[in-house]
Amino acid sequence: MPGATFQPSEAVDFLVIGAGAAGGVVAKELSAAGFRVVVLEQGPYLHEKDYTHDEVKYTYQAGLTNDPKTQPITYRKNESETAQPRKAIEYGRQVGGGSVHFTANYWRFHESDFRERSLYGAVPGTGLADWPIQYADLEPYYTKAEYELGISGLAGANPFEAPRSKPYPLPPMPVKSSGVLFERAARKLGLHPYPAPVAILSQPYRGRAACVHCGFCESFGCEMGAKSSTLVTVIRAAEKTGRCEIRPDSYVRKIETDARGRVAGAVYFDSRRREILQRAKAMVLCANGVETARLLLLSQSKAFPHGLANSSGLVGRYLMWDNGAFASGLFDHPLNEYKSIQATRVLHDYYEADPKRGFYGGGGIDARFDYYPASFALSGLPDSAPKWGAEYKQALRTYFTHTMGLLSHSSSLPQERNYISLDPVVRDAWGLPAVRVTFDFHPDDLATMRWLLAKQVEILETAGAKKIWTMGFSIEDNMPSRHLMGTCRMGNHPQRSVVDRFHRAHDVPNLLIVDGSSFVTSARQQPTATIQALAYRAADFAIQAAKRGELG
Amino acid sequence: MPFTRRKWLSQCVAATAASGIAAAQRYAQDAVRSAAPPAFQSFDAATGAEIAALTSQIIPSDDGPGAREAGVVYFIDRALGTFDADRRQAYQRGLAAVQKKRRELFPQSSSIATLPPAGQMELIRAIEHTGFFALLRKHTVYGFLGDPSYGGNRGGVGWKWVGFENRMSYQPPFGYYDAQAKGGE
Repeated sequence: MPGATFQPSEAVDFLVIGAGAAGGVVAKELSAAGFRVVVLEQGPYLHEKDYTHDEVKYTYQAGLTNDPKTQPITYRKNESETAQPRKAIEYGRQVGGGSVHFTANYWRFHESDFRERSLYGAVPGTGLADWPIQYADLEPYYTKAEYELGISGLAGANPFEAPRSKPYPLPPMPVKSSGVLFERAARKLGLHPYPAPVAILSQPYRGRAACVHCGFCESFGCEMGAKSSTLVTVIRAAEKTGRCEIRPDSYVRKIETDARGRVAGAVYFDSRRREILQRAKAMVLCANGVETARLLLLSQSKAFPHGLANSSGLVGRYLMWDNGAFASGLFDHPLNEYKSIQATRVLHDYYEADPKRGFYGGGGIDARFDYYPASFALSGLPDSAPKWGAEYKQALRTYFTHTMGLLSHSSSLPQERNYISLDPVVRDAWGLPAVRVTFDFHPDDLATMRWLLAKQVEILETAGAKKIWTMGFSIEDNMPSRHLMGTCRMGNHPQRSVVDRFHRAHDVPNLLIVDGSSFVTSARQQPTATIQALAYRAADFAIQAAKRGELG
Repeated sequence: MPFTRRKWLSQCVAATAASGIAAAQRYAQDAVRSAAPPAFQSFDAATGAEIAALTSQIIPSDDGPGAREAGVVYFIDRALGTFDADRRQAYQRGLAAVQKKRRELFPQSSSIATLPPAGQMELIRAIEHTGFFALLRKHTVYGFLGDPSYGGNRGGVGWKWVGFENRMSYQPPFGYYDAQAKGGE
C-alpha cells in the first residue's frame, strides 16, 4: 500500500513513534483528520504473505519480537543486585507491533479499574492511585476500537462487565473443547463463564476474511489477515489517506527539542544505520510501556537533564506487567486444542478485589492452549514427566492432543521501586544504553496468583481432568514479560505523573504519550483494548488541540 | 586422545542471524533435491554420528519413528551453521565434556555411537542436568517437531507421532468435547 512520502527536513504535523497497537490507531485518526503524519517504526514492514506456521522462526527464535542479540536487556530484582543480561521483557517489533503476534484477547476494563484507590484504599508498598479519567470517558472509544478493528464477542454474556453502548460487531468464535469443559465445570461451581472477546474475525468484516482456525495466533502473524492487528486495519486506512508515511526499520535514538523546550523532531537510525532527523510540529510517542520510557530517558539535554518530560522523576517508574499462573489438565478424550484460537471461554467472577481475602488483587481466568508441537514438547508436560527416552516420547503422544490449560490474568500492583532505566554498562547494537529492568513482585501479587491458582485447579478437578499440574510463578517463570504498563503514568499533578488526562506530557506541550506506559494501574491484564481506546481518545484530543493551534 | 573435534567448527560458514533462516532452509532444500544422504555442513561425519546417537536416546526409535528417522542431527547441523551459529562453541565444549564422562564410565569404549543402548542411556543420565543437555534436548525437539524445511521432522514424522495434522485450516468441531456439546444442542 503506497502511503505518502515526506522529506525529513519537512516539519510534518505529527511524528508518531511506534506503529503498534496505539501508534497505528493514532496515525489513522490524525491522517484521516487531514494532518500530515510520519510514523517511525523500529521493526520491519511485514505482510500476510510473510507469515508462516514455522515454529523454528516464531517460538524458538520469537521472530516477531525484540531480539536480545541486537537489543540486550538487563534485569535485576532490586537495586542491591547488578543487572544481568536476560530477556526480561518482550514486545512486538514490526509494523503493527504487538497487535500482530498477540493472542488477541480483548477485554475492556471494569468501571472499578479506574478507581481502585477510592474503592479499596491505599495498599502498603504501592502507589495505587485512581485514574484521572473514568470508564465513562473511555466507553465511546472502546466501542470505536471494537468496530474499527473488528472484535468478536457476546455482549451481556459477562455479568460483571461494565456498561457498553453497543454490542460487539461480530459474534463470538466457535467454542473449543477447552471452552466446553471449562464452561460446564464453572457453571457447576456457580460461576459465570462467557465467550472470550477476541480481536479475531468470526465472520468476514469490512473486506477482510474470517478466521480459518489454523491455530497459530499467539507468537505468530496471521497469514489470513483475520487477526485484527493495526497492520491490517487502521495502518492501511492511514496510508490510504495519502497523508501518512509508515517508515519501518527506523530506530529512534533521541527526541529533539527547540529553544522553547518543545519537541522539534526525532533523530533515528535508518536500516543502514545512517542518522536522520525528522522534523515535526508535534509528536505522539507510542513506543510501548518500556521503549517509550527509555527514549525519554535517552533524550536528555541541558533543558531536560533527567530526560525529556521527566521533571517528576517518574519516567520509567511504576512498571507493571502480565502476572498470572497456569494450571493444566489431561482429559480422557482428544481435545485437539492446537486447532483454532487459543482461548474461547473466560470468567471474571474473581476479578474484583475483596478485602476479606487478606490481600489486594483479583483476576480473570481463561481456558486455553498456548502451545504448538515443539513448544509443548519443551514446556507443556508436567514437571514429573520424563524429559527424554521412550517414556518421554510416549507422553508427547498421550498429552499433546488431550491437554488444556487455565491461565489467570491478575493484578500487577504499581510500585515505584519497579522501573525501567538505562543500563550503565550494556549497550545495544547501535551503541545506545540497554534497557535495564528492576522488578519484583509485590507480596499481594503473589498471594493473588496463588489464590487464583487454587481456583483454576478446582475448576479443572470439577471438569474431570484425570491429571492436573501447575506451573510455578517465580519471577523467572513470568519472563519474558509482555503487557508493559505504567512507566509514564497519567495524572492531574505534574509532580506525581508524567502525562495529563489527555496524554499530554506535563512538561512538553506538543508531546503526547499514549501506550501501556500511560496506565495508572494494570487492572487484570489484557491491556490491548484499553491501550487502543486510550489511543483513540488521545488522537481526538490531539486533533482538537492542533486545530486550536496549541500543538504547533 | 582418540577424538579431535575441533575441526568441524572451523568449517562452519559464518552466517548472520538475519540471513540464517533463509540459509538453513536453502541447505535443507538442496539436501532434499539430492538423492544421496544429506552431507553435514557443520559437523564432520564422526561428530555427526555422536550427536545422532545422543538425540536417538532423547527421542528413540522404538514403536515409531524417532530422532533418527526425523533427521534431527541434520536439523542441528544446519542450525549451527546458520541461525544458531553462536551456539557452536557450546556444542564443542559440551560434546567434549560428554566424551570425558563416557571415558570415565566406559574406559574401554571408543565412541558414543558404538556404545550399546543401555550404555548410551547411562551416559545421558550422567549428563541430563547439564546446560549442554538442555540445549541438545531443545534442538532435538525442534528437529523432531519443527518445520521440515530446516532438515528435521522429515515427512512430518514428528507431527504424525504427536497427532498434529498440520493443515492450513480446520472446521469445528475440533475435539471430542465440543463435538459432544454440539450434538447435544
